[in-house]
Amino acid sequence: MYKEIVLEHFSNPRNVGTLEDPDGFAEVQSSACGDMMEIYLRVREGAIADVKFRTFGCAAAIASSSFTSELVLGKPLAYAEAMTDEDVSRELGLPEAKVHCSLLAVTALHKAIEDYYAKHPEARLAEAGQPTA
Amino acid sequence: MPDDDLLYLDHAATTPVDARVLDAMLPYFQGGYGNPSSRYSLGMEALQAVSSARALVAELLNAAKPPEIIFTSCGSESDNLAIRGVAQALRGKGHHIITSMVEHHAVSHTCQQLEREYGYEVTYLPVDRYGMVDPASVAAAIRPDTVLASIIYANNEVGTIQPLAEIGAIAREHGVLLHSDAVQAAGHLPIDVQALQVDLLSISGHKFYAPKGVGALYVRDGVLCQPQQTGGSQEFGLRAGTENVPYIVGLATALELACAEQLSEAQRLATLRDRLIDGVLAAIPQAYLTGHPAQRLPGLASFVFDGIDGEAAQLHLDMNNIACSTGSACASSEAAASHVLSAMGVEGRLALSALRFSMGRSTTPETIDRLLEALPGIVARLRALSPYYQPAKAH
Repeated sequence: MYKEIVLEHFSNPRNVGTLEDPDGFAEVQSSACGDMMEIYLRVREGAIADVKFRTFGCAAAIASSSFTSELVLGKPLAYAEAMTDEDVSRELGLPEAKVHCSLLAVTALHKAIEDYYAKHPEARLAEAGQPTA
Repeated sequence: MPDDDLLYLDHAATTPVDARVLDAMLPYFQGGYGNPSSRYSLGMEALQAVSSARALVAELLNAAKPPEIIFTSCGSESDNLAIRGVAQALRGKGHHIITSMVEHHAVSHTCQQLEREYGYEVTYLPVDRYGMVDPASVAAAIRPDTVLASIIYANNEVGTIQPLAEIGAIAREHGVLLHSDAVQAAGHLPIDVQALQVDLLSISGHKFYAPKGVGALYVRDGVLCQPQQTGGSQEFGLRAGTENVPYIVGLATALELACAEQLSEAQRLATLRDRLIDGVLAAIPQAYLTGHPAQRLPGLASFVFDGIDGEAAQLHLDMNNIACSTGSACASSEAAASHVLSAMGVEGRLALSALRFSMGRSTTPETIDRLLEALPGIVARLRALSPYYQPAKAH
């Protein structure tokens, strides 16, 4: 059912854990099944300096979180914001029934970024090119 | 064997065909290939093979006479024939059916279809935390318009064995027909349809080392049942279709072999099962056995584990060459957690962690030991990345 890359991320998931006082945090639950994901972000100068996640779910869910975290680590927020679940499910080659797991990972990531902006509204302005004080 | 290294612990899902069963079947593919309805020697030989198989199965189930055994394609077909067949035959009497909350889908979905499409009323009896039906609840549910009760003999997910003989006595006393899905029980527990006082009973070949694609339904003489597959008059008019001669021979042979070794094998499996249960509960914190502690199938043990998803654990086990079943269903077809565990009061997320191990002829003490070597580490790894796992405080 799963491609090698999924099994690899499943067996050796990257970036597992939590962050103290995260700059961005989200917890997302799948309505389709019991899958749940927590994602923690450390943001420095508009980029994701550190990312950690914890996942309850099947191999596709675990692999999607791991893969997503690896993709965004060190990247600018704009890159992470532009990511779609298709980017993840295509790379992982997830079967139709498991595509919703990749959606969960990317949704969690976007929600965590939103959380960061909610706490740091000035960062959103800086992103948009507005001058800050 | 496909993979000698495979530790197969999913015998409740299916079993390999026994070599002796295959030997009994082979003559009927190219040699004795006649149609049992044909009135020449080749056909009559095929008919003889089917008749002998029928008589053998009747004897093994302690049925009164061979025509009470109807051959089908599988356990699900037998369940469908029993429930819909009796409902249709007795629609003059009423439209009420009693069943339980821990049935296989072949029973529950058939009942649900009768409710939805034909206006039947179905009472789904609750179970206790071990998945056991209380016979008194059967008595309480019976109404003048009840046409059938259907209670599974041994549950496929957790292994609990129902007090079927008691329920049979109650059904008999109230003049209500009793059907039992004995798909997990046949070949593993003794089945005596007289002692159980059942009127219909389903079995499935591939659970006791016969091939997939053959089952049987016991229908007590005098019980009215409408055929669900109509056409020719095979199976005494209850199930049209040219008889699957080799597979019918296979089923009878396999059942005979299983019944002959049933007692010793049950003891052997129970020892292995208990070794597994003790090992899991000792090595893995916050792991719980589901189902009745004593009234359970000899070779089945199902557990739930705080904080993890069963499907992920199953894949780790697969990567360790261990095959088992999970209650988790992170796939769009069946999003809800197990209805059986739910009926037993197991909390939704915990139910998603269910792993079922079912032993069989290939299981040895070494199989269990290798599983016990792999499983604790797998559970620990998944707990390390789970947002839900909280280690219980030591007291």
